[in-house]
Amino acid sequence: MHPALSVIAFTTATGAGYGLLVWLGLLAASGVLPASRSFALGGAGLALALITVGLLSSMLHLGRPERAWRAFSQWRSSWLSREGVASVVTYVPACLFAAGWILLERTDGAVAAAGIVAAACAAATVVTTGMIYASLKPVAQWNTPYTMPGYVIYALMSGAVLLNAILQASRTESRAVAWIAFVLIALGWFWKNMTWHHDATLSAPTTLNSATGLGGGEVRSIEWPHSEKNYLLKEMGYRIARKHALKLRMFVHVLAFGIPLAATEIAILSAGWTAGLASVIAALTLIPGLLIERWLFFAEAKHTVTLYYGGWAQ
Amino acid sequence: MTGRTGANSSATQGPLVDSSAPPERDGVDTSPHVSDEVHQTTCYMCACRCGIDVHLKNGQVRYIQGNRQHPVNRGVICGKGAAGIMQHLSPARLRKPLLRVGERGTGDFREIEWDEALAIAAERLARIRATDPKRLAFFTGRDQSQSLTGWWAQQFGTPNYAAHGGFCSVNMAAAGMYTIGGSFWEFGEPDWEHTRYFMLFGVAEDHDSNPIKIGLGKLKARGVKVVSVNPCRTGYSAIADEWIGIRPGTDGLLVLAIIHELLKARRVDLDYLVRYTNAHVLVIRDPGAADDGLCLRDADGRLLARDRSCSRTVDALASGIHPALSGSYTVDGRACVPIFALIAERYLDPQYAPEAVAERSGVPAAMIKRIAAELAHAAFEQAIELPVPWTDWAGRRHETTRGRPVAMHAMRGISAHTNGFQTCRAIHLLQVLLGTVDVPGGFRFKPPYPRPAPPGPKPSGKDGGQPNTPLSGMPLGYVSDPQDLLIDAAGNPVRIDKAYSWEAPLAAHGAMHNVIANAWRGDPYKIDTLLMYMTNMAWNSAMNTAGTIVMLTDKDETGRYKIPFVICSDAYYSETVAYADLVLPDTTYLERYDCISLLDRPISHADGPADAIRYPVVQPDRDVRPFQTVLLDLGARLKLPGMIDEQGQPKYRDYADYIVRHERLPGVGPLAGWRGADGEDIGRGAPNPQQLDRYIANGGYWRHELADDQKYYKMANRSYLEFAAAMGFLVAPEPIVFQLYCEPLQRFRLAAQGHGAIVPPPGEHDRLARYFDPLPIWYPPFEEQAVDTGVFALHALTQRPMHMYHSWGSQNAWLRQITSQNRLFVHRATAARVGLADDDWVWIESHHARVKGQIRLVDGVNPDTVWTWNAIGKRRGAWMLGPEAPEAERGFLLNHAISELLPPDADGRRYSNSDPITGQAAWFDLRVRLEKCRPEEAGFAEPQFAMLMPPAGLPQAPKQLAYGAQFRRAREAGR
Amino acid sequence: MTSLPATTDKTLGLVIDLDTCVGCQACVTSCKEWNTGGHMAPLTDLDPYGSEADGVWFNRVHTYEQSTENGSRTVHFPRSCLHCDAPACVTVCPTGASYKRASDGIVLVNEDLCIGCKLCSWACPYGAREFDVAVGVMKKCTLCIDRIYNENLAVEDRVPACVAACPTGARHFGDLGDPDSPVSRLVDERGGVDLMPEMGYRPTNKYLPPRHRSAGAAPDHVSALDPVTAEGGFLGWVDRMLTR
Ligand SMILES: Nc1nc2c(c(=O)[nH]1)N[C@H]1C(S)=C(S)[C@@H](COP(=O)(O)OP(=O)(O)OC[C@H]3O[C@@H](n4cnc5c(=O)[nH]c(N)nc54)[C@H](O)[C@@H]3O)O[C@H]1N2
Ligand SMILES: Nc1nc2c(c(=O)[nH]1)N[C@H]1C(S)=C(S)[C@@H](COP(=O)(O)OP(=O)(O)OC[C@H]3O[C@@H](n4cnc5c(=O)[nH]c(N)nc54)[C@H](O)[C@@H]3O)O[C@H]1N2
Ligand code: SF4
Ligand code: SF4
Ligand code: SF4
Ligand code: SF4
Ligand code: SF4
Ligand SMILES: [Mo]
Repeated sequence: MHPALSVIAFTTATGAGYGLLVWLGLLAASGVLPASRSFALGGAGLALALITVGLLSSMLHLGRPERAWRAFSQWRSSWLSREGVASVVTYVPACLFAAGWILLERTDGAVAAAGIVAAACAAATVVTTGMIYASLKPVAQWNTPYTMPGYVIYALMSGAVLLNAILQASRTESRAVAWIAFVLIALGWFWKNMTWHHDATLSAPTTLNSATGLGGGEVRSIEWPHSEKNYLLKEMGYRIARKHALKLRMFVHVLAFGIPLAATEIAILSAGWTAGLASVIAALTLIPGLLIERWLFFAEAKHTVTLYYGGWAQ
Repeated sequence: MTGRTGANSSATQGPLVDSSAPPERDGVDTSPHVSDEVHQTTCYMCACRCGIDVHLKNGQVRYIQGNRQHPVNRGVICGKGAAGIMQHLSPARLRKPLLRVGERGTGDFREIEWDEALAIAAERLARIRATDPKRLAFFTGRDQSQSLTGWWAQQFGTPNYAAHGGFCSVNMAAAGMYTIGGSFWEFGEPDWEHTRYFMLFGVAEDHDSNPIKIGLGKLKARGVKVVSVNPCRTGYSAIADEWIGIRPGTDGLLVLAIIHELLKARRVDLDYLVRYTNAHVLVIRDPGAADDGLCLRDADGRLLARDRSCSRTVDALASGIHPALSGSYTVDGRACVPIFALIAERYLDPQYAPEAVAERSGVPAAMIKRIAAELAHAAFEQAIELPVPWTDWAGRRHETTRGRPVAMHAMRGISAHTNGFQTCRAIHLLQVLLGTVDVPGGFRFKPPYPRPAPPGPKPSGKDGGQPNTPLSGMPLGYVSDPQDLLIDAAGNPVRIDKAYSWEAPLAAHGAMHNVIANAWRGDPYKIDTLLMYMTNMAWNSAMNTAGTIVMLTDKDETGRYKIPFVICSDAYYSETVAYADLVLPDTTYLERYDCISLLDRPISHADGPADAIRYPVVQPDRDVRPFQTVLLDLGARLKLPGMIDEQGQPKYRDYADYIVRHERLPGVGPLAGWRGADGEDIGRGAPNPQQLDRYIANGGYWRHELADDQKYYKMANRSYLEFAAAMGFLVAPEPIVFQLYCEPLQRFRLAAQGHGAIVPPPGEHDRLARYFDPLPIWYPPFEEQAVDTGVFALHALTQRPMHMYHSWGSQNAWLRQITSQNRLFVHRATAARVGLADDDWVWIESHHARVKGQIRLVDGVNPDTVWTWNAIGKRRGAWMLGPEAPEAERGFLLNHAISELLPPDADGRRYSNSDPITGQAAWFDLRVRLEKCRPEEAGFAEPQFAMLMPPAGLPQAPKQLAYGAQFRRAREAGR
Repeated sequence: MTSLPATTDKTLGLVIDLDTCVGCQACVTSCKEWNTGGHMAPLTDLDPYGSEADGVWFNRVHTYEQSTENGSRTVHFPRSCLHCDAPACVTVCPTGASYKRASDGIVLVNEDLCIGCKLCSWACPYGAREFDVAVGVMKKCTLCIDRIYNENLAVEDRVPACVAACPTGARHFGDLGDPDSPVSRLVDERGGVDLMPEMGYRPTNKYLPPRHRSAGAAPDHVSALDPVTAEGGFLGWVDRMLTR
């Protein structure tokens, strides 16, 4: 699948934003977080900013962004519509939560309640995002049990890493948050490995025989309907060389998981500016790491339409 | 569903039983208004000439569909025809006459007015005509006005005229005309309705593009066996029930082996042979004599046969005789044998046994035997009888029309080889032996064919053309004796293309592929002006294209071009336009009158003659003129006879006026329908001023359906022959006798032995003796004989893509999206053997030159053969395509590797790369080797040429097309 | 609208005969020509005369080779929207632009609602959806909805453009929901198949597979030719009374 930058930015940014929101909501309610306005501004502000930038970026992907509002109508059947609805709905508790926290400088009572609702909505939104991809049968790499949980895990992971960095940067150490981040990075790494392992064993969900109705022996494409690339090939026939993919996977291992995990470990084990620096490093490597992860998520996914062009096998 | 007409009229192809819109209420306008006007004219995206309904909305073409009533396409349309809008709107359309200002071949022109253009041309042509008219060479390509252009050349007085047939399919046309008085090509068709076995030789697409497809569809639906003999398994071969992946150039072997099997098993139709052929005619056997091998004639020139009942020699063409087909006889002291005895003797020989030809042709002996058995089975066990009584030429009534339902069709896979004439004759021999020509279920003639075989009239211009004098007849014709050749006293060719010379005696269509090279060499002489109409001779109809380009720009010592002046009429900016000094821009097919005439290549069906017109359905938005009108204008300026009236004024206002008023013979004009003052006559009749209106009212065509008893056995059917004579198709209602033995060829052999008044120079004896066999033979294609086949081990072919027409499809925004780069298709096993992988870039090297292209591996090809789609490769800058267009970047033209000359023979002489009998260009004799190119050479085709400049006045091609949006806007505004 | 109708009154679709298709592209350009001025007009072409021409087409023809027990064969394969019964292209659509008509089962895009998110094209396993970059909306085969019911066309012209055009008659059209309709009977007779049935989209269009070709063997009733060696040999046989 074509790795469109707008979609990559969208899923990564909203994932991190919603993940952060989940943790802010939950931890604020449990009183772990400072009630200070500056912290609220930094934390909730960053979460909302990431979500908003992500959602705006997703609009860049649309052919007709001015009509984006129409996407709220089909929540009964469409995960994309549900995501749209969920993302908008999430704004309500999230804004209340943020506003309460910032204006009242409290994290209890109604603010806590709003936080919990916001966390739930945020998590739900990430689920819908994951389901958009997980529900697409023609894309074998997506239509697996790994996709949706993956989205949730990476969102929670990036949220936790960001939160830890904010906490450390604002000199409010929270070992618990660091631990959460640490565990989630490990889980994320594990999940990514599991996913790739699973993908390696994937065969095309169907065959060119089935796609053409030609039962029996091998079917080979000898001529395309058009000698240059068309929409289908540009959008769904994206190919990435194996060598290239392996290199990028290395980057993912190192940037999205390896360094953040090590840095978070250091943050847990150390204190003061070392911990702070380590936490910020974790966040700063994680973001590009996840962007590459997301790029690969698209680039390595293969659509059944490529079968018609003789493509899936490669 | 009753009442539906056309090809796709089965119940599964019709409208819904209730075609009223269901109440869906989704706001979809299910009944938009489609068009304000519908014009029924004739397509010209190719030479198939289908009827089209052109829908216009607000004066623009909304949609083009097939005309359901039309006899050619019966409602269907092809990939090209349905892309007509884009042809009509091509950015490469020329806009105004152009005069060259820069060097030839760069595209540097200035726009001029028509008056100036015509004055330049007329002044030059007048000078040529007054001095030496043959210094005008007038060659036309894929046009359909050869009866006009040929007549114009005749009136001008130049013998140097031909249309594209010589590089196209003259082998098929000539072999057919000399054998059965008709031919495959456009002059006959399989009896799709009744055939039970269909064999296709070397056809990818053909001129009868839609009729063949409609026919194949019907055969498939009826479960009739379709056999395709073709090295490549594409298109028609892909759906054939059996594909015979023959080695190129060896069909003659296959066919003669089938004949061997049939003769051995006595599965030939003897009754048919004695009635309709010259099988029983006696041939003189007197080696060394001046008439050896000629048919025995009496003092009155009548052909003789031996009558078994009275044991006497009798008029072979009389009815009721009982001719012998075997034995040998002595008549007046001359030994003679019936032709059939020669045939039996020749083809029963073990050299024609399937086992003997299997290896060479790549067709297993068992397969040949089986095909022979299947043919015999279909012809003899499945013979059919239509309950239609008919009367033969001798007045005998036949209560039914009997048929042997085996049909065959063949085209350029046979034609484009140096043994093509003989191979095509072999196929006709096979058809005739089985008794399948013009019978129910067999191959059928389209009127005005059949015509007498061997055919007439002779070519004119033997004297080379005299100043200010028309030729005595049309420049093209049929030769049947050395006396008919167009050679001078010294035996040298009279024509620039050397047609009708010893090099190509039966060159019925001229030899256009030799013109530029000969004119450049000054061999046989220099010319002044080359006038080209509707042909791309500097590109895809040239052999040795790179060399041709050089010849067109080569200068002599004085710095003048060796071909002094080039005039080109084209509608688009082709590769060749850039080589013209004067460009006469033509209209597109939707903008002009045309006439698809019975005098030329009509659109007849076997069930009856038909012709058609084109008329302007939209007006040109450019300063262009129909070439035929321009030609008549030039003719009038030159005061050519027939083109001016008594006052010396132009006789015809324009081409439309000519179509209506011109009479070739009294009462016979370009169109056969609605003649006579009241439009009641057909074929012959006074000009009818309303004729074009009648055509337009009838959907653009005229068709006459033969009576049921005239539809078969046309060569011997009294009622049909009388009709044909009345229509002017035949001089007299006399039967046409199929020529199994081609006597004219023997006359050339005799000349080579020194007999007769006109004898060839010694150097020609061998070719004439070897190849001019009056019975079909097979010999290896010449290039194969001349090159080291160990090195050049592969045959290289081109095939026509169904959705492209020669070089002009690629300017079409829709068609070029389908194919803008061609690949070289290579058999998987062959590639493995020479170490090539899919998508590799390779050098395709012949004895002459090398071309670079990218390969695609397939199974469906003869392993000794590689092939590519024809004419996809383009010159950079031509057709107003962008400089990086894949057609120029990665597409390649195989023509660069094809030499116009054969390698030197033992005497160092280089013959044209053509059939020795007809001069047909041997495109498919090409032998190549493949070599993987170096990594840095991959990714682009070679050879590459300098980019052509866009000519003055042509706007840049648009970056985006949204054709049709305007109709929607108008629809929505009106709602 | 995005939810699928539980049932449709008719199930209109195409039947394509792979035994007869010669890959001529007539259906392809006829479709383009009709539709570029039709319901979803225009079918935009980008860089039409340049190096990367790329246009919107509702119908495209592939060429394949297949190895079979009788050797390999070449098959031309037209591909367009199959107007599926359970098409995820519809259910994934966030706006309701994609929908399946309850009356005839035709799957359409309402361009006025489409936001161009492209998700439906991801959801279609068959590659039957074409994004018009210039307009920013998704387009696709309409089953010629502006022809098949068009009161401004002669009744016999109320068929999809591709069906009318096909020179070999390899394309058929009708109600596949009615088991007695001529197309349904054709599908039965010829063993028509669904493409990618395992995807569960339940395509309406059917493909008639290439007929079995008996490579090599003669039909049973055809016996081999035997040389005749009777009395008098070949010429003896010829030597009989024939009348011209
Ligand atoms: N390698 C190889 N070469 C071949 C062949 C092959 O099989 N293989 N085939 C050969 C055969 S059979 C043929 S017939 C030739 C064909 O070769 P050409 O005769 O060169 O045919 P086209 O390429 O069709 O060129 C026709 C020209 O007519 C112009 N034209 C189109 N419409 C109009 C019009 O309305 N008016 C005017 N005035 N001009 C118009 C086009 O722009 C184009 O320049 O190619 C031959 N060359
Ligand atoms: N779409 C389209 N239609 C056209 C044209 C076009 O350019 N495009 N051009 C028109 C013109 S001018 C012409 S002349 C006709 C030509 O129409 P066709 O005769 O169909 O010409 P080609 O495409 O050259 O196909 C020749 C076929 O012969 C096969 N072949 C080559 N060598 C041999 C051989 O030795 N034996 C056998 N058995 N087969 C062999 C090739 O594989 C190929 O399939 O088409 C006309 N119709
Ligand atoms: S076959 Fe030729 S004439 Fe007929 S529709 Fe196609 S392009 Fe036009
Ligand atoms: S073929 Fe594709 S676009 Fe058409 S209905 Fe089925 S899923 Fe939807
Ligand atoms: S591109 Fe348009 S039709 Fe397709 S899913 Fe998105 S909104 Fe629906
Ligand atoms: S039914 Fe109409 S829209 Fe669909 S492929 Fe055929 S011509 Fe195109
Ligand atoms: S028009 Fe018919 S034969 Fe031609 S490609 Fe389409 S389905 Fe095949
Ligand atoms: Mo030709």
